Order: sequence, then C-alpha cells, then structure tokens
Amino acid sequence: MRIGVVTFPGSLDDGDAARAVRIAGGEAVRLWHGDPDLHGVDAVVLPGGFSYGDALRCGAIARFAPVMESVADAARGGLPVLGICNGFQILCEAHLLPGALTRNQHLHFRNRDQHLRIAGTATAWTNSFTEGQEILVPVKNGEGCFVADERTLDELEAEGRVVARYTRGNPNGSQRDIAAITNAAGNVVGIMPHPEHAVEALTGPSLDGLGFFTSALRYLAGSAAGGQLTGGAQR
Amino acid sequence: MARVVVDVMLKPEILDPQGQAVANALPRLGVNDISSVRIGRRIEIEFDGEPDLETAREIADKLLANPVIEDFSIRVDEPAGDSAPMSA
Repeated sequence: MRIGVVTFPGSLDDGDAARAVRIAGGEAVRLWHGDPDLHGVDAVVLPGGFSYGDALRCGAIARFAPVMESVADAARGGLPVLGICNGFQILCEAHLLPGALTRNQHLHFRNRDQHLRIAGTATAWTNSFTEGQEILVPVKNGEGCFVADERTLDELEAEGRVVARYTRGNPNGSQRDIAAITNAAGNVVGIMPHPEHAVEALTGPSLDGLGFFTSALRYLAGSAAGGQLTGGAQR
Repeated sequence: MARVVVDVMLKPEILDPQGQAVANALPRLGVNDISSVRIGRRIEIEFDGEPDLETAREIADKLLANPVIEDFSIRVDEPAGDSAPMSA
C-alpha cells in the first residue's frame, strides 16, 4: 500500500511521518506541495510543522497549495487522509473537517508526552485501536486549541466523530478535551498530537502511534478485498 | 490611492487569550478602568486601479478571515484630507 506524505515549505515532520508509514509496513511516497499529482497513492498524510511559516493563520495558505486541491477532491471521494498537527489545521482551513485550531489558551507552546483516550475506532486511521484505549504520544503545539460552536461540538459527539480526547490534563484548552476528530465518512482524520513520533522505542515514549498507520493499511487492505472494515466511505 | 482595508476580529464568543494577557498587563501601566481588550488584524490591500470591494470581499472571505472563528469588515481607505488622521 502506498501512503503519500506531503511536504510543504515549512513542514517539519514529513520525514518522521514517512518513516512511520514504512515501520507500519507501508510504502511511503513523498508528495510535493507544488505538484497537484498524487502519484496514485492509496492514502495521504499531511504532516506537522509550520507550512508557509504559519503566515496569516496556521494552514490558511497551505490550503491553497496545488497539491491540496487534489487532496481535497480525493478526500471527498473517500481517500484516507490523516492530518497531524499543522496537517489538522490545514484540514480545518480546507473545510474538510469542522472547527478551527486557535492559540493555546495559556499562550505557551506545549511540548510533552500526552495521554489520549481513543474515542472513535470507526475510521480509516483508528480501526486498530479499541474504544476507550489509552495511548501515550508526544504533543507539541502553540495553536492546538480546538474550537467550534456548540452545535458543531454536539454534532461531533452525537455522530461519534470525536476520535481521541486528551486525558490526564488538557495541554491547550481544547473544547471538550478534543484531540482528534473525523469527517462524517470516517476517511479524513485530524489529530493535534503526533502519533508519528511514537513508533520506535529509541525515540518515542511508546509505540502507540503505530496504530494509526497500521489502521490505514488494514483499512486499505479491506477496501481492496471489497470488504468494508469500518463505517467509512469506500473509494 | 486604491486601498481597501480589511479588519478581521475574532468572533465575540471566541476566547482571545492574547487580548486577555494585554488586559491583565494594564494595571502595571496604572490603568484600572479597562474591562476587556480584544486583538484583531488590519490588512491593507492595494489595487492597481480602482478599488474593487467585491474582489476584496472574496479575498477576505476565502483567505484573510476564517469564518469559523472570525468576522471581517471591509472599507475603502479614503485618501488623507477627507478625514485628518489623528496624530499620536
């Protein structure tokens, strides 16, 4: 399975994301922000970093990168897309996910290992986890405070679209402790913490992050076999 | 000059921690009668020809403001003379 990892000017975690894909058993395909061709990948990761220097708002300019038009079209067609940190911000700016990520409430950049509770496993990126499972992955952001209006928040909860919540402390003030959400079809997931930094014992606090990438491979294998592993959309 | 000014503000219901930090610093200046400070962004767009408010509105809506969390307002910046700018 070929999973594309996009590099924008200012991306930082594209290398780690590609490495996580490989460790999970997939083939990582590097995609370039200026190239609208997705090169036939089966899924896409939008990595963390500071695309376009976070000018204007985080993700606001990346949303108009040539590659993003293709990613957005494919995502609407069911392509699994995972946005991590800055990638999550880009997905919100592109209206592929609801809400927005704003300045951390305490105004400090937070960089620590963070406990999350998996709240939704019916997505292309979390089907390898169990509901309620606690995982430990790094979090590192200055603008990770998830906000949306009450109606949107209620909708996300009612439809089971909150994918992960911060537990044992909320690092940025996100509403309802939301760390990750998905779209209605379950193929697009945005997560603020960094699963790609928790895939090897040498460098990560755990191997818990690997589950996101093995989930995508499992989902794609299920799709290829004609089965439907999750409630998500088919390509 | 064909200049359009776009003001972008966080919606009233969105918390503005930067504004709060500024408000909390004001007593150090000896100012104690401020109840709230909110911080926004002013963007000046220069057109080659006549200012085009419709284009400016599109730019503001699609890029300059995030309608999920921000409101914006647009106006043509009148050349100085019509209304004398306040000097500091």
